[in-house]
Amino acid sequence: MIHSLFLINHTGDIFLEKHWKSVIGRSVCDYFFEAREKAVEPENVPPVLQTPHHYLISIYRGKLFFLSVIQTEVPPLFVIEFLHRVADTIQDYFGECSEGVIKDNVVTVYELLEEMLDNGFPLATESNVLKEMIRPPTILRSVVNTLTGASNVGDTLPTGQLSNVPWRRVGVKYTNNEAYFDVIEEIDAILDKSGTTVFAEIQGVIEACVRLTGMPDLTLSFMNPRLLDDVSFHPCVRFKRWESERVLSFIPPDGNFTLMNYHVSSQNLVAIPVYVKQSISFFETGPCGRLDITIGPKQTMGKTVEGLMVTIHMPKAVLSANLTATQGTYTYDLATKVLVWDIGKLNPQKLPNLKGSLTTQAGTPKPEDNPSLNIDLKIQQLAISGLKVSRLDMYGEKYKPFKGVKYLTKAGKFQIYIYMFIFLENLMSYLLFEWLQCVLKHSI
Amino acid sequence: MSASSAFNDEKGGSSSVGEPEYGHDPASGGIFSSDYKRHDDLKEMLDSNKDSLKLEAMKRIVAVIIHIIWNSIFFFIGMFCSHCSSLQVKKLVYVYLVRYAEEQQDLALLSISTFQRGLKDPNQLIRASALRVLSSIRVTIIVPIMMLAIKEAASDMSPYVRKTAAHAIPKLYSLDPEQKDQLIEVIEKLLADKTTLVAGSVVMAFEEVCPERIDLIHKNYRKLCNLLIDVEEWGQVVIINMLTRYARTQFLNPNMNESLLEEGSGGDRTFYGSDEDEDEDEEEKEKKAETPAMAKRKPYVMDPDHRLLLRNTKPLLQSRNAAVVMAVAQLYFHLAPKAEVGVIAKALVRLLRSHSEVQYVVLQNVATMTIKRRGMFEPYLKSFYIRSTDPTQIKVLKLEVLTNLANETNISTILREFQTYIKSMDKDFVAATIQAIGRCATNIGEVRDTCLNGLVQLLSNRDELVVAESVVVIKKLLQMQPEKHSDIIKHMAKLTDNIQVPMARASILWLIGEYCEHVPKIAPDVLRKMAKSFTNEEDIVKLQIINLAAKLYLTNSKQTKLLTQYVLNLAKYDQNYDIRDRARFIRQLIVPTEKSGALSKYAKKLFLALKPAPVLESPFKDRDHFQLGSLSHLLNAKAGGYQELPDWPEAAPDPSVRNVEVPEWTKCSSREKRKEKKVEKPFYSDSEGESGPTESADSGNFSWLLSDSASGSESGSGSEESASRSESEESEDGSESEEEEEEEEEEKEKKKKKKELKKPVQESERKCSFHANVYQPSLYNWALVSMTLHLVLCLQTIAPSSALKNYELLHRITGEGLSVEYCFSRQPFSPDANMVAVQMQFTNNATADTKNLHIEDVKLQSGMRVKEFSEIELLPAGETATAVMGIDFCDSTQAANFQLCTHTRKFFVSIQPPVGELMRPVFLTENEFKKEQGQLMGMNEITEKLTLDMKCRNEHTIVQRVTTAANLSRVPCGSDKEFAGRTVSSSSLVLVTVATKEEGAAQLTVNCEKMVIGTMLVKDILLALTQ
Repeated sequence: MIHSLFLINHTGDIFLEKHWKSVIGRSVCDYFFEAREKAVEPENVPPVLQTPHHYLISIYRGKLFFLSVIQTEVPPLFVIEFLHRVADTIQDYFGECSEGVIKDNVVTVYELLEEMLDNGFPLATESNVLKEMIRPPTILRSVVNTLTGASNVGDTLPTGQLSNVPWRRVGVKYTNNEAYFDVIEEIDAILDKSGTTVFAEIQGVIEACVRLTGMPDLTLSFMNPRLLDDVSFHPCVRFKRWESERVLSFIPPDGNFTLMNYHVSSQNLVAIPVYVKQSISFFETGPCGRLDITIGPKQTMGKTVEGLMVTIHMPKAVLSANLTATQGTYTYDLATKVLVWDIGKLNPQKLPNLKGSLTTQAGTPKPEDNPSLNIDLKIQQLAISGLKVSRLDMYGEKYKPFKGVKYLTKAGKFQIYIYMFIFLENLMSYLLFEWLQCVLKHSI
Repeated sequence: MSASSAFNDEKGGSSSVGEPEYGHDPASGGIFSSDYKRHDDLKEMLDSNKDSLKLEAMKRIVAVIIHIIWNSIFFFIGMFCSHCSSLQVKKLVYVYLVRYAEEQQDLALLSISTFQRGLKDPNQLIRASALRVLSSIRVTIIVPIMMLAIKEAASDMSPYVRKTAAHAIPKLYSLDPEQKDQLIEVIEKLLADKTTLVAGSVVMAFEEVCPERIDLIHKNYRKLCNLLIDVEEWGQVVIINMLTRYARTQFLNPNMNESLLEEGSGGDRTFYGSDEDEDEDEEEKEKKAETPAMAKRKPYVMDPDHRLLLRNTKPLLQSRNAAVVMAVAQLYFHLAPKAEVGVIAKALVRLLRSHSEVQYVVLQNVATMTIKRRGMFEPYLKSFYIRSTDPTQIKVLKLEVLTNLANETNISTILREFQTYIKSMDKDFVAATIQAIGRCATNIGEVRDTCLNGLVQLLSNRDELVVAESVVVIKKLLQMQPEKHSDIIKHMAKLTDNIQVPMARASILWLIGEYCEHVPKIAPDVLRKMAKSFTNEEDIVKLQIINLAAKLYLTNSKQTKLLTQYVLNLAKYDQNYDIRDRARFIRQLIVPTEKSGALSKYAKKLFLALKPAPVLESPFKDRDHFQLGSLSHLLNAKAGGYQELPDWPEAAPDPSVRNVEVPEWTKCSSREKRKEKKVEKPFYSDSEGESGPTESADSGNFSWLLSDSASGSESGSGSEESASRSESEESEDGSESEEEEEEEEEEKEKKKKKKELKKPVQESERKCSFHANVYQPSLYNWALVSMTLHLVLCLQTIAPSSALKNYELLHRITGEGLSVEYCFSRQPFSPDANMVAVQMQFTNNATADTKNLHIEDVKLQSGMRVKEFSEIELLPAGETATAVMGIDFCDSTQAANFQLCTHTRKFFVSIQPPVGELMRPVFLTENEFKKEQGQLMGMNEITEKLTLDMKCRNEHTIVQRVTTAANLSRVPCGSDKEFAGRTVSSSSLVLVTVATKEEGAAQLTVNCEKMVIGTMLVKDILLALTQ
């Protein structure tokens, strides 16, 4: 299965390698570097590459490439999913998954990799099991370790692998027993220029932070489970109970974990929390254009929209922007041609507006590709789909846990099409318009 | 971090050991590149007695090997450390050992003994890790030792060690493939393992070592299917992929009828000829069906095992692991009937939210699926809409899917979407979009003109890539039906005035030249204009002008002769030698002179040959012969070690190979029972007798089937199925089924009811979890038997509550002719009110009389008491006798063990009461009930929500089922269904409430002072109500 793993940073240096079978030379990565160069953007590197003797499967996470070498047939998703699990584990252990952190904790990372794969086949990937074997570093422990010379390798042997609930370690003890659930929803939407929804759906996730003593058996029920169209669960959730009663019954892993992912079908009308009025125009004569954007609240269910941010990928020809914002600040990155307008809280009484002129390169033809406008926002204390947790029951243990549910709505991939106007239109845009009408006529 | 800080202190200065360093890369410089000067002190540290020092040293060593191919001076020190007691040191030593063993074989051998010792350790985790390291050492010499260790570990007590053994198998195999035969034996053994822990790993070993030995799977097939949901996720992927291949060899194509219809009349004699002697029953039917007409073919019936696989994998679509979801999706795609494949679409669409690498793979697979089963993804069309933030490779794949999904109804939306994409900044993507439009146009006739028009307009785009792509696509579209599109060609001719992009101009000229016959008037005019501007054109345009001139000269020499001459003359003196050459060449070819020779005759054929219309089809066409989700599918090339997905067999191989032995005595017991019933009218209800004994006997064997606590309801159904399994086996000889028919007739009074109930039962059985079991009767083979089974099942549900459940105490075979059954008579036991009355029935099946039946040597838990029945002095052959004994179970379900003695033999037997029998009914009024309930709140109350079984929704059945499950009496006039009783020994109150809500939802509340009794009772009643 997985033969070797190379960690490569964005400058193309291999800074960690691990082999689970015999050693494979680094030269195998040259094929990858070739593809990497061809792809320009790191996201565009094909995840699966074929070389004369090996197959390379890679993922790109946190500016790092995790490159695995495969020799024989294996489902590519199997490898990809595993590599992401490795990245998740590193993130879980050290708070982030970056080159610096991995280098600082190289021995721990190495030990983790050793435990996660055996001969290329995943062995222990549950964070609870791993943490029992290799303790994650904490500030206190690192101080103690330097003083006493102890290490992060657990003294006890992991028992989690032996139990029927491999995701939970045994003998968990807390003085404060608490279970917190975060219901986080993301709106994915594409709006057209007039503000009409082309496509919208809600993706939700329930993140849990459970610190409970012993072996609690939890049951989480919803007020309106029928909203949920498609779900995927952490392995701890009993699928049969969900099928029959639409409740989540599970013995939770210890600590933070993702309980479930769900999808609210597009049949239900998705509330779009903001509207955007925008116009971008370029003059055929003279090297300038105009930009005017206003954002206002639409369906916010009485909550405030926070963390509002607008990102526009400008056409390549736009050299600079001279704008004024009534609220927040804007930046225009000349290299990537990205305009970011950080607004913050949305005040319904005084709508934020961004207005001003754009300078285009003199002498170049007017831009004709459409910029796209992406919106980022947050609404606290609201699950936009209307999903509500009704109760959490605990069985199997006698104490009363402290329980809490938090809701949060975010914009996921929230995109608005922009059509630019170019004054003194050339023939091409005229023809396009004609074609558009033609298509519409045919479609009706 | 402690590690790094530790060796950070150590570094500095230059190397004392002059080993060259490898891969001195600047990025890792800070930590790794500096040399370790104090190697000598490392040596001392390792030799020291302190674990902490050893650990420190080992950390440094391991840190070094991560980056540097290093010398081996520390290797032997590792040997000393491997004897060290500290677990931490050991682990690091292992890491080092495994990495360098291959290079330092002799030294590695020194450490083997340590591991051999570890293999005998009482701690299972140490045994496992010793095996893991031992098997990871790639040194050929130790192969026999490894083999021995694996064999031993394969029969270890601990499943974890067995799992490690399974992991070790591929390691050994790659080291020495000659061990294959022996390893297969181990695999076979481990495949029979019943724990979820082992299943995934052993199947992985199977796939690596002997994927061709499909016969090893037969016996374990059902078990694997049932275990699947509880196996860890990586194992699930491997098992599902393997089972897909297995199912392809073992079952018939569920879409057989459709595919045959598509093919026309494909099946004739050879279709069935192959398995003459495989299955008598089936074959007979088939012989009749063999008569030529297809319509007469027997309808396809899915093998229950096939169904089992599909049903058990379906929940895994909800897995968080994308690889598992993909594995299930490919299983459904390759194995499920067309109507059912749709379920995977939703799950796959969900994966599109995941990381872009996951999207990439999923979209590739979706693209292949959409070609074959377009309808499946049509509802999710919008999920494939492209966002500007997607990476290009994802965009292109989404486009592919959208194109595949396009049909008459949705084409307008798709085209509108494409329009947006055309204006994207990503030019590769725009080019792909144009191609996609072209494909939509070829596939869907209605929009061809629209697309064509749109594309024509794109010709004036400033971007050459876009223009080139549009021209290519337009060219392809026009080639399909040029006669209809002379106006487009005319239109394009007009565009030459405006369009400045040389590539586009050149393309237009080519088109006009190619189809000059369709635009006879315009073409010469275009040439005229072009001749005028010839000198100012770009080179590629010039070439095309010459080309156009030549073609026109051949078709319309009258009008264009002079023009052509003119163009050729201009070209003759062009700066570019390509153009000069071309002009010279063409002149020779088309203008006939005496020197031109034979070629000019063929000039017309050369220039105006009919060019074949290019085919626009998906690059994903025909990729589905690779197993979806596999690496080979993704690359569209066979990867090493890829196992071909076999074609469906034409006739199913013998399904009985998957039958698992039912323990011998269970089998005959059910047979005996039936025979007994025939001979003498039993006093107990028929159905009870059927399932009772098997249930109690089988629950032990199949307890591993229960995936978790919630699935308690399955155990009952499971054993019923297993009963039917044994029945079906018997009926293969054909005689048994007749007996059963007679048996049916005996119950005349129930006959009508049965007939009515037959169908609903069959259906409901399908729905409810009965099928979630290994033991299924092959329905179509043994239709008769299963019908009988259904009857039995419905009889059980309508059996009166007064019927008492019988349990087997002593089986006829073990009892050497004497069989004993008991039931809890629910009568008060008069000699002692604290005892439960147990009624025993002795039957002497032997030929000789039995004498002096009595009880001896009673072994009880403390506090329990037994009141024996009076000795039965004589039980003649063939006679039956009953006796009542009392047992005080002390309100526990502990078994009472004792010896049953006859004049010749002693039998060890035990009686274990169901919790419901440990109580006696009491009469309470509703008010009293409420009052008592109020006092038994909190810890003493257990509430459970449930969904009532379909057949158990009315009040009467609920009451009946509760009272059957537990010896309670109903509280009269209660608003809810309330029951009360007291435990026999301690007289603690037991209160049960069943509150029903709409749609079969209900809530069960049990209040009891004794919590253990309460919990068990809840379980039992739940089982009774939901089944």
